[in-house]
Amino acid sequence: MKMTGAQAVVEILHREKISIAFGIPGGVVIPLFDALYGDKEIKIIVTKHEQGAIHAADGYARSTGNTGVCIVTSGPGATNIVTGLATANMDSVPIVALTGQVPTSIIGNDAFQEADTTGITRPVTKHNFIVKDPKELPIIMKKAFYIAHTGRPGPVLVDIPKDILTAEIDFEYPEKVTILGYNPTIKGNPRQIKRVMETIKNSRRPLIYAGGGIITSNASEDLRKFVKITRIPVTLTLMGLGAFPGTAPEFLGMLGMHGTKTANYAVHRCDLLIAIGSRFDDRITGKLSMFAPNAKFIHIDIDPASISKNVVIDVPVVGDARQILREMIELAEKLDIQDWLDEISQWKKEHPLTYQDDDVLRPQYVVDQIYQVTEGKAIVTTEVGQNQMWTAQFYKFCRPRQLITSGGLGTMGYGLPAAIGAQIAHPDNIVFDIAGDGSIQMNIQEMATISQHNLPVKIAILNNGYLGMVRQWQEFFFGRRYSATCLRRDGRCPGVCNNPGKNCPPYIPDFVKLAEAYSAVGMRIEKKDDVEGAIHEAVKVKKPVLIDFIVSPEENVTPMVPAGAPLNKMISSKEDAQNFLLA
Amino acid sequence: MDREHTIAVLVENKSGVLAHIAGLFSGRGFNIKELSVGETENPEYSRMTIVVKGDDQLIEQIKKQLNKFIDVIKVIDLTNTPSVHREIILIKVKAPPARRQEIFQIVEVFKGKVVDISQSSLTVEVTGITEKIEAFIVILKPYGIQEIARTGRVSIARGMSRAGGIVNG
Repeated sequence: MKMTGAQAVVEILHREKISIAFGIPGGVVIPLFDALYGDKEIKIIVTKHEQGAIHAADGYARSTGNTGVCIVTSGPGATNIVTGLATANMDSVPIVALTGQVPTSIIGNDAFQEADTTGITRPVTKHNFIVKDPKELPIIMKKAFYIAHTGRPGPVLVDIPKDILTAEIDFEYPEKVTILGYNPTIKGNPRQIKRVMETIKNSRRPLIYAGGGIITSNASEDLRKFVKITRIPVTLTLMGLGAFPGTAPEFLGMLGMHGTKTANYAVHRCDLLIAIGSRFDDRITGKLSMFAPNAKFIHIDIDPASISKNVVIDVPVVGDARQILREMIELAEKLDIQDWLDEISQWKKEHPLTYQDDDVLRPQYVVDQIYQVTEGKAIVTTEVGQNQMWTAQFYKFCRPRQLITSGGLGTMGYGLPAAIGAQIAHPDNIVFDIAGDGSIQMNIQEMATISQHNLPVKIAILNNGYLGMVRQWQEFFFGRRYSATCLRRDGRCPGVCNNPGKNCPPYIPDFVKLAEAYSAVGMRIEKKDDVEGAIHEAVKVKKPVLIDFIVSPEENVTPMVPAGAPLNKMISSKEDAQNFLLA
Repeated sequence: MDREHTIAVLVENKSGVLAHIAGLFSGRGFNIKELSVGETENPEYSRMTIVVKGDDQLIEQIKKQLNKFIDVIKVIDLTNTPSVHREIILIKVKAPPARRQEIFQIVEVFKGKVVDISQSSLTVEVTGITEKIEAFIVILKPYGIQEIARTGRVSIARGMSRAGGIVNG
């Protein structure tokens, strides 16, 4: 079949069953958008900034498990998605990003809107391609989709010069591709799985530490079954939240820097740590040499490069978490670990996650109320910082793909565009973006996209007037020197100030007016008593709603493992931090 | 314990791959000591020989990260395999007519070749393992070395093993 390169791309999107793409047109991709004009199967969501497009594609992918598609132009269009590619790459999210490129004849000439896109994006993608011959376009696209969603998923970029889009090709789309250098291991080695089960049987204090890999491989049910048989307690990473019910008795909460004391004490004390689909990053391990000092390590992961990267593993198994868990279930039996479970229950009783329950409007209370009012069923996206940690701590996620958050890269400005993708994929779900007043402003322009597509996204801004997480570190570890973190600060403020008060400049912007300017409903809540009602009302309205919660400005996320400390040395206050610094 | 590893990497012979591999080393803070690249028996693939220094865990991680690249077809650590290693050096040394004879003799001992000669200098080619090349440089130093160009080593396993061959190549 003869067609242009642009028509071929559209036909390929059809065959890959892509029904939605996020993007912004520009000079060199006009032919591609032309081919998409009036297409009945593919809906194009045009965002206001390319970063919004790639995060929306990411939110779509995370909330469904399907590959997200993003289409942008060359040069600045491509460089604007770099943060989004890196975000998806760190968190293993399948995305195919199509970027336009200047015509092949002038590549390298510093042409208008030319950038070395494959060069720039190589370290932040799973793989990338540039199409130099129109004949190669279909096979490259096939490879891109295949690589993006198999193995450890990730973003794949295809850079398509303009003349490739306009060239006529003899279209043929391969059913299958084989790539010599790419053969992800899916099935776990049976001998290793047997060793895993023997090691588990010989342990007295086993603990499962699971991550996003459980969600990616759709292994939540299997994890639950395995735990039901063996009774091994579970802690989850931020990326893993929802992979195991947040309300289950075997669940100890999140571990790591802002994990629960129970989870971190359990890691410190366990004699066997079973890591599944998690990667021992520094926010999890704290001081590496002191991480789980009494434990043997089992690591189940699809990415061999994750194994023994940071912690030397005793029993590794490479493969898909679900397949391996299923084989483990076959060999599983009830363990005699009652003493260990009792020890954990005691910690749970002694160290629940709490916050001060008084008349002050505290951010944790807002998250708690969102959890209550939505009955724990909302899809929640977050920005990054304190808002993200409070969400992780106080919204008890019970199903996979319910929490959509930038874990690895920690991208502020992620939550709002990600909510677009999640809401489009789940039109009947309540989608909440729990945001900070700092990070929401990094992609606030996407409010327009939300309103234009009548997406009933709910935005809860935990407005403390600070870049709160940085402020918290300044309070704990930098002697309360609030350098560059106050968001009220203007040109008239004194050079040094850590005492916000009545004389402070007014907050800019007025989020309620801003919401209204974007045709959304805006509310401002300043009293604790009004929180529940406002959330109820927001949920009822079939429109986008922004609630500006004016919360206690100097609230901290606790408990906290200071950077470089072992997990059992957690602090809960400024005083603890002082003692930590002095020790 | 840190030790030198010689890793042969078979990659797709196309633009951008070398930059990608080099980027891995710089991005993850690994140091490349030597690197050489050339086409293989199949022009679709190139072979890189990379020499890196590190402890076992670091080397293991480097190999895994290399394997993870989609353009990498095979990673072979030749460190513990009986292998042949060769490097070429071109060295330009000061050689006024009066001292030429001495230098010729040294070159002969090292089984080198004089490949260029001028009024006041000689350019010599020597092939061999790294230790031999290093020894040659030390010997020539007193004469006044003007310029050195080295290839970095290329390595291949001994015997019939086709560890580095391409499957169905």
